[in-house]
Amino acid sequence: MSSVNPTITTATADKPKSLFSRLIEMGTHQRLLAFASLIVLLIGFSLVSPNFMQTSNMIAILQATSVNGVLAIAATLVIITGGIDLSVGTLMTFTAVMAGVVLTYAGMPLPLGVVAAIATGALCGLCSGTFVAKMKIPPFIATLGMMLILKGLSLVISGTRPIYFNDTPGFDQISRGSLIGEIIPALPIPNGVLILFLVAAAASYILGRTVLGRYAFALGSNEEAVRLSGVNTDGWKMAIYALAGGICGIGGLLIASRLNSAQPALGLGYELEAIAAVVIGGTSLAGGRGTILGTLIGALIMAVLTNGLRVLSVAQEWQTVVTGAIIILAVYADMMRRKKA
Amino acid sequence: MTLLVKMHGIEKRFPGVHCLKSVQFDLAQGEVHALMGENGAGKSTLMKVLSGIYKRDGGEVWISGEPAEPAGPREAQDLGIGIIHQELSLMNDLTVAQNVFIGREPRGAFGRLDERALNRQTADIFAAMNLKLDPRAIVGTLTIAKQQMIEIAKALSFRSRVLIMDEPTAALNDAEIAELFAIIRQLKAEGVGIIYISHKMDEIKQIADRVTVMRDGEYVDTVQASDTPLSRIISMMVGREVRENPLVVPDTSGNDVALEVRKLNRGAEIRDVSFSVKKGEILGFAGLMGAGRTEVARAIFGADPTESGEIRVNGKVCRIKSPNDAVLAGIGYLSEDRKHFGLATGMDVRANITLGSLEAFSTRVGVLDEKAMKDVAVGYISQLGIRTPSDRQEVRFLSGGNQQKVVIAKWLLRDCDVLIFDEPTRGIDIGAKSEIYKLLEDLAGQGRAIIVISSELPEVMRLSHRIAVMCEGRLTGILPGGAGTTQEDIMQLATQRDAAVLLAGEK
Repeated sequence: MSSVNPTITTATADKPKSLFSRLIEMGTHQRLLAFASLIVLLIGFSLVSPNFMQTSNMIAILQATSVNGVLAIAATLVIITGGIDLSVGTLMTFTAVMAGVVLTYAGMPLPLGVVAAIATGALCGLCSGTFVAKMKIPPFIATLGMMLILKGLSLVISGTRPIYFNDTPGFDQISRGSLIGEIIPALPIPNGVLILFLVAAAASYILGRTVLGRYAFALGSNEEAVRLSGVNTDGWKMAIYALAGGICGIGGLLIASRLNSAQPALGLGYELEAIAAVVIGGTSLAGGRGTILGTLIGALIMAVLTNGLRVLSVAQEWQTVVTGAIIILAVYADMMRRKKA
Repeated sequence: MTLLVKMHGIEKRFPGVHCLKSVQFDLAQGEVHALMGENGAGKSTLMKVLSGIYKRDGGEVWISGEPAEPAGPREAQDLGIGIIHQELSLMNDLTVAQNVFIGREPRGAFGRLDERALNRQTADIFAAMNLKLDPRAIVGTLTIAKQQMIEIAKALSFRSRVLIMDEPTAALNDAEIAELFAIIRQLKAEGVGIIYISHKMDEIKQIADRVTVMRDGEYVDTVQASDTPLSRIISMMVGREVRENPLVVPDTSGNDVALEVRKLNRGAEIRDVSFSVKKGEILGFAGLMGAGRTEVARAIFGADPTESGEIRVNGKVCRIKSPNDAVLAGIGYLSEDRKHFGLATGMDVRANITLGSLEAFSTRVGVLDEKAMKDVAVGYISQLGIRTPSDRQEVRFLSGGNQQKVVIAKWLLRDCDVLIFDEPTRGIDIGAKSEIYKLLEDLAGQGRAIIVISSELPEVMRLSHRIAVMCEGRLTGILPGGAGTTQEDIMQLATQRDAAVLLAGEK
């Protein structure tokens, strides 16, 4: 497991030479294909449209990646255990609504709203984990149920109306402010992006360096063998789902902050975008294999694609078609590569 | 008489490995030709070349006197070569007949499936094999032995003249093996040539006409099975003489009881099983397949539920509801099925060895100490002689014997007082077997209580200080170890069926 590679940030800056050497270096790693596709996309779009490579556009891409990226990281954790989480999208919305309840309805201070969102996420993840680990419900079904429950609850609690955060000063800064920009004015990277990378670094560390991460891979690799090694597999599995839920809570904060409101009808469809990013990033849906770096690259590819096609004035309907084709292509290419190896 | 198969100068290379070095092999009509060698000797590779799964890099193949170039399993089938893999490839939810004719189902008008013709044709094949089996039975409900017969029927339905059997008896009990051998003899009489791959020495004498031995990808020799002593075949395989130390049963009468099981019950699988093992003792479990030995072991270990019974470790009553509870009580279990239940084969040696003990290698917040894990893994690699390029090698690339040692290392690290070994040498070659035996004896010598479950009587007799025998879920007796106990004594207990069950169960 490699930790988050700084290549990501340099990839969006225009330094083709160092990029190339990085590319060669990446060749020894698994993520060559996804990474190379990202580079090709970046170079391609910048050749076709001079507006594409502008700093403001690059930042827009990163900003667009942040929510999907965070959700995709949550999905990666669960997928590595051999499970799937269909509830990441509506859980994101539900946590945003809960932040609204705490901040706008109850008028509590900002930190409590943050805690509420993350705690709600972790708790809901724990529920999914319990369904899967203790009640032995297949992850697809358990999280499908959870997806609908959370969508419904969001609408019920908010009375189907958006909850605005106008009374909580600073809430919109969670995603839209720029701590980095204050220190280095030339690099106005929004906090949302910063948070994405921090979450990625933390998730990567957990996967690569902690017991929880090791068991995540082991569960995905051979759950029965782990159980027969005397490991409390149920407990660890629940912990992974809870962690993924907590990360969805961060996603909820990011989107609520960006919209300065909790939109209760939002969320459906986000889980598929997240899973798409995971898959493009080379994580196996069969479990046991995957990296956060790959997922990040996957999320970036999707954002670059959407942005680039928009810059080229391709109709939005066609953007969706292209994204679908890319997913199939990415997975096919990955399988071909594995076959050869 | 033309040879069914003749292979000469076969070469096969994979990146970095020279798998087959100018290997030769031939097969006559109506012959059972055993192909032997340790794991990694190249037997399976050679057979994959013959059956068209691998393309050879050099050499020639003749089938029925004609030069042949099987380009894939399909072509090999057309040439009359059928292969029965060690891992059965049947669809469990389909019927027997549907499995036999998968992809070639008899059709009626408009492509409608003709189930009746399907079942009739399957029944015909079974009749020719002298096999009593309902073509409409669901495969998943049948025993492994019956499933194996279906694979054979499937191969025969292609009018195969050459049948390759890769360890066909690995999962069969003695009665089932006899059933299989009867069918092999009948096929022989009909002129089918059979290539028989097995690790079980006694079978070779029973069934094979000739034996070809391979070692490290090279052809060693071909000998007549009837007039070659087994010891010579073994030394050809291993490249050295394997010495077996005779069993010395130590006096453990003064030792404390490590594990005591009282009146363990679950349905018909485990019935009133009671026994105890002392520290430093090796208790063997013998019995036919399905006697309930593995069930008892898994129940003690908490892997499966029990209905009643009491388990005491070092005199203390333990409530064991999960493998996690069992390990905390000091009981370890090494499954008979390493690949599915023992190892995370996609992970490396280090990760597998430490898999059960990660808490010992982590800080309070759960951060792993890779350095300490590496030291421990490297320690066990040298202590147990695990042949691996490094501790970061994925275990799926190791041979069966070395994989087993990785599992053993995992349990040594957990430091359990009671270790249950279920078929510890299944699929392991002879050289590695005696290493595993020595290891088990050393563990007992250190004062651990060892339970060994084995389907191979010579193995049980070679290792056990006492021998517990099971039949149909009951413990039918415990015999002393050593030379005083014969195979017949064990078999008598292993077939001692319960009269009441006989009346109720067999109609």
